Amino acid sequence: MMNNNAILAVEAHSLVKTFGDKRAVDGVSLKIPTGSICAVLGPNGAGKTTTINMLATLLKPDAGDVKIFGYDVQRETQIVRQLIGLTGQFASIDEDLTALENLTIFGRLYGYSRKDSKCKANELLEEFGLSDAASRVLSKFSGGMRRRLDLAVSLISQPPLIFLDEPTTGLDPRTRSQMWQTIHNLVKCGSTVLLTTQYLDEADQLADNIVVIDKGRVVANDTPDGLKRSVGNSSLHLTVKDAVNTANAAQIIERMLDAKVQLAEASELIAPIDNIDKLTDVLTTLKNAGIALSGVNIVQPTLDEVFFALTGEGSKDKKEEN
Amino acid sequence: MTNTTKFKMTNTTIIPAAERKLKNRIGVGTAIRNTCTLAFRALLKMSKNPEIFVDFVVLPVMFTLLFTFLFGGAISGNITNYLPIVIPGVLLMSSFTNCTTAGSKLREDVDKGTTNRFKSMPIARIAPLAGSLIADLIRYVMGGTTVFVTGYILGYRPEAGILAVTFSIFFMMIIAWGLSWVFAFISMCTKTISTASAIGVVVMFPLVFLSNAFIPAETMPSGLQYFVLHYNPLSRVVMVVRQLLTYGTIGANFWLTLYGTLAILVMFIPLTLIAYKRKA
Repeated sequence: MMNNNAILAVEAHSLVKTFGDKRAVDGVSLKIPTGSICAVLGPNGAGKTTTINMLATLLKPDAGDVKIFGYDVQRETQIVRQLIGLTGQFASIDEDLTALENLTIFGRLYGYSRKDSKCKANELLEEFGLSDAASRVLSKFSGGMRRRLDLAVSLISQPPLIFLDEPTTGLDPRTRSQMWQTIHNLVKCGSTVLLTTQYLDEADQLADNIVVIDKGRVVANDTPDGLKRSVGNSSLHLTVKDAVNTANAAQIIERMLDAKVQLAEASELIAPIDNIDKLTDVLTTLKNAGIALSGVNIVQPTLDEVFFALTGEGSKDKKEEN
Repeated sequence: MTNTTKFKMTNTTIIPAAERKLKNRIGVGTAIRNTCTLAFRALLKMSKNPEIFVDFVVLPVMFTLLFTFLFGGAISGNITNYLPIVIPGVLLMSSFTNCTTAGSKLREDVDKGTTNRFKSMPIARIAPLAGSLIADLIRYVMGGTTVFVTGYILGYRPEAGILAVTFSIFFMMIIAWGLSWVFAFISMCTKTISTASAIGVVVMFPLVFLSNAFIPAETMPSGLQYFVLHYNPLSRVVMVVRQLLTYGTIGANFWLTLYGTLAILVMFIPLTLIAYKRKA
């Protein structure tokens, strides 16, 4: 018998899916160890959802193969379906029904008795802070509540592998961080999570491993730190109150960060910063030198920059905007 | 819902994949259970959408009143004499109208992504389809009952009695259910729901009106009469119902229509399933 940890939750080899003459997924390979979070990062239309759909038994790949916990998706489909939970991009719950009814029906479908599914439903509603809204019809739910209920549905059968297709797109920051916490908790309980996202910070926050997809191909597969290193560092944006001090400040920063300083505007300085801890020293030194500041900002590399670096493409305009 | 809601995650440990008992097939028992659950879901949804009652309460009443008062005098001299002709016709028409919309709920699920969720679950492939169509059975019974109640109020007293009425409703339910698979198939093949319902109307109107549902075939020109009696299967359905209600007996037409329905089911259940799988 193989060691549990040695079994990969997801093992996909050169998946291909073509729609018409568009190769939506073009040779994607993935390996996700059990108990980790993998983020598939990419812009709209990169092939994220198509990839997830193939992994979650919804779409048959044109080529390549997928194993979920060692079970072949195409030959052992029903077994795979007992091991996964899928929360799609579009809320798939019933508008006309209440939260409790929705969950109970899915509980029944997963094979729980009437009593057990009701019990399970109430438990999940409690967990997701939806108890107060249990008997409310879904059409009166906010977007965040729907998303949470949708996730709750995937968790009824306590699957060891959970697919989340853009779990936080369109959510407000508060609900978003709640969702992140939920995802962290899932992994703490032993689940493996594969999520897609368009946001680098989300992947950074959650994932053990990030797979960057562009035009149906994997362009990078690395840890968040590794990925960021490959793109470049965060940068320090610093605005000097009195433009007279700009040159002086630039000198200090260059010396302390051991990096080249760019002058953006008359009084704004930009420098790469690899260790955020150094910021304190920079600020202290500037203060001691009597240079007053009107703004300090640490800017993380954006997804657009990641793409620019990884693919040599990406929208120039957006890059400047950032 | 307040903004201070916190998640209270009970830390139930997930059972690892390797320690689970798993089967790679769905048994018949599970398939039936899944279907029942999803039929229940469809009925629950129906009960929350009062406007859907228009289909099987308002329409049958309207059809009965409309045809009886409009054609009664012209065709049978008076309303009472026309009722035995028109009631089976209205029964057919209201059931038929209901089954043309059979696929729309399914399409809604497909278009909204609910079907994707179903597909990723260990449930029988046919369950969402069968569940929705089985829930429709209730609609046909309600529609049929409405037609007979309206007829009764207008003075219709079928000779064969209440048992024949019940039997007619169930007979019509089976026929309509068989036909609903055809329309479910159509709605899975068209681009949008509205195209499917348009096709439903285009098929329904000529078939219903070029039958003996509202007008005795004897009054029609001979060519048309031939078509109505020999080629339009709906005429035979109406004849079965009339015979049932008048004499309380069943004849060759009963078996013919039933076998026809069976043939449709054998053909269209797999076809619909294939189309559904492709769409979803």
